[in-house]
Amino acid sequence: MNRLTTTFARLKADNRAGFVTYIMAGDGETADLLDALPAAGADVIELGMPFTDPMADGPAIQAAALRALDNGMTLRGTLALANQFRAKHPDTPLVLMGYANPVHHFGYANFAKAAAKAGVDGLICVDLPPEEDTELREALAAVNISIIRLATPTTNDDRLKTVAEGSSGFVYYVSTTGVTGMGKGAVTDVAEAVKRVQTATGLPVAVGFGVRTPEEAAEIASGGADAVVVGSAIVSANHDGGTKTALELVSRISAAVRAAS
Amino acid sequence: MTVKPNAFSQYPDAQGRFGEFGGRYVAETLMPNILALEKAYEDARADPAFTAEFEDFLKHYVGRPSPLYFAERLTGHFGGAQIWLKRDELNHTGAHKINNCLGQVLLAKRMGKTRIIAETGAGQHGVATATVAARFGLPCEVFMGATDVKRQAPNVFRMKLLGAKVHAVTSGRGTLKDAMNEALRDWVTYPDETFYVIGTVAGPHPYPMMVRDFQSVIGREAREQMLERIGRLPDAAVACIGGGSNAMGLFHPFLEDEDVRLIGVEAAGKGLDTPDHAASLNGGEPGILHGNRTYLLQDADGQIIEGHSISAGLDYPGIGPEHAFLHDVKRAEYVSATDDEALEMFQLCSKLEGIIPALEPAHSLARVRDLAMELGPDGIILMNMCGRGDKDVPQVARMLGVEV
Ligand SMILES: Cc1ncc(COP(=O)(O)O)c(C=O)c1O
Repeated sequence: MNRLTTTFARLKADNRAGFVTYIMAGDGETADLLDALPAAGADVIELGMPFTDPMADGPAIQAAALRALDNGMTLRGTLALANQFRAKHPDTPLVLMGYANPVHHFGYANFAKAAAKAGVDGLICVDLPPEEDTELREALAAVNISIIRLATPTTNDDRLKTVAEGSSGFVYYVSTTGVTGMGKGAVTDVAEAVKRVQTATGLPVAVGFGVRTPEEAAEIASGGADAVVVGSAIVSANHDGGTKTALELVSRISAAVRAAS
Repeated sequence: MTVKPNAFSQYPDAQGRFGEFGGRYVAETLMPNILALEKAYEDARADPAFTAEFEDFLKHYVGRPSPLYFAERLTGHFGGAQIWLKRDELNHTGAHKINNCLGQVLLAKRMGKTRIIAETGAGQHGVATATVAARFGLPCEVFMGATDVKRQAPNVFRMKLLGAKVHAVTSGRGTLKDAMNEALRDWVTYPDETFYVIGTVAGPHPYPMMVRDFQSVIGREAREQMLERIGRLPDAAVACIGGGSNAMGLFHPFLEDEDVRLIGVEAAGKGLDTPDHAASLNGGEPGILHGNRTYLLQDADGQIIEGHSISAGLDYPGIGPEHAFLHDVKRAEYVSATDDEALEMFQLCSKLEGIIPALEPAHSLARVRDLAMELGPDGIILMNMCGRGDKDVPQVARMLGVEV
């Protein structure tokens, strides 16, 4: 039981899909943006941990990671942002998302301790498939932080069993083969896949990678997803127009998601 | 040969691990692909027809076996141990890279894949992949850092002549590791039809094992040739290390010959005490990149640092996981050579042996020189001359201040 469980239970009781926003730590005025996201309609926040080699990301998030690193952002800095957020927002779940190496370098046990202290609820490591996440998963489970696993269009029923085993919080369904921000999969396929993943894992399913507009988010929400994730579009809005522009987009998508479900 | 229970050559295990290195650190989209590739490779490896076809092409298309040559004048010049060169620079396309490309493209064909992709730094692996893809009529796309595209224009043209499409990668800093990131991004986007030909013993399992197996023809031939020519094994086998494929190919057949020292030479660039080197084992720490756990050049935050070397084939910030393992269990020794030493050896070998070495094996020669003195006249050194220097001539001329 952590903030993710409570939040998804509440969303279910309200009979609506949740809205998960992704931003990159250290790209722009992250502290201000984080602080304002819940009021703008974010149900869950994913905070990107910048990495030099973001293999699963498209151009928008790649560029954001490099900007963040150029601004001096580190994993320690990302945890400090989380800590600052948590002090003011006791209920909104916060999930860190990124790649394994900085976490590995920090040390899995140290990271678990620091993340728990900072009020983090979940971790997504794109390049840690179930086969490789045991050590980190156990360290995080001890402090009640979920490892969020990914399922993709190539994840067949056999693999779904592997993904389900040890998963907690929610499952992140990647709607298309490809990198972040490159266009979503066909809506009917996504709805079908969401049902398959829900059944196999018994967990809420958030759909992301390539959802950019309020209309697309609404489509996904009405297709049975427990939550919709928007990343690249918010990251781009933040870079192009700053915090205010990013928050406007978040509000519009949030309204569309609420209206749809 | 029967393998002892704790033999060095028994790795990787079923999880693709060499001790605590290796593994499969890839996005979920690729996991089914990686598992399918592993299975297809196991099948192919057990199929005598696959091996026969591989060996036939190695012989008639690549030009194997490559000679084992006694470098009499280098030996005399250094005044120590005998130096024997395994002449893989005589292969078609001028380096060892094609051994691996041939194996992987044959596997791609067997798996019914219709599209080949590859990453390349200097362009040697790109050229070798484009060559084999052309031979088998498969469309080929090569990802190359934009910085490297500019630096290596002749190889870009070669790849285009061979019918490949070259993507100049501008993401990240536009070098080899970014090219590999971009190839992985392409692979997650088109997982069904694509075969990714990785150019060294890195990447997720089964690549480090598979590339090693295809390159092991180097060490198998050399071992046999040594026995045939001088009736004994060398005291040391030496090879340069970028990602470590030519070294792994040379070392693997000698792993159980514990009297044979195995020596890998990393690129020390401007010196290990400067930030400008590419020595992952001598100057890095264990980490996770490009699908495996291995030694990496990284900063205090776990961010990857660009490698630097005079030789574009050596400036990769990682090293194959099997080398990381052999390093930690001390079966192999890993030393380094600087840009200046490589440049000196490049010229020396050209003048004394009439062999213009690639800048990569020129690094090995610098440590072979020390080793020759250490072992003395009774010693025997086997060195992999893994590539020829034609590709480096314009760059070396520039560095020596000569207009060509
Ligand atoms: C001639 C030559 N040697 C060595 C290398 C380094 O690769 P590896 O360490 O995988 O053999 C390259 C890479 O381009 C090369 O062209």
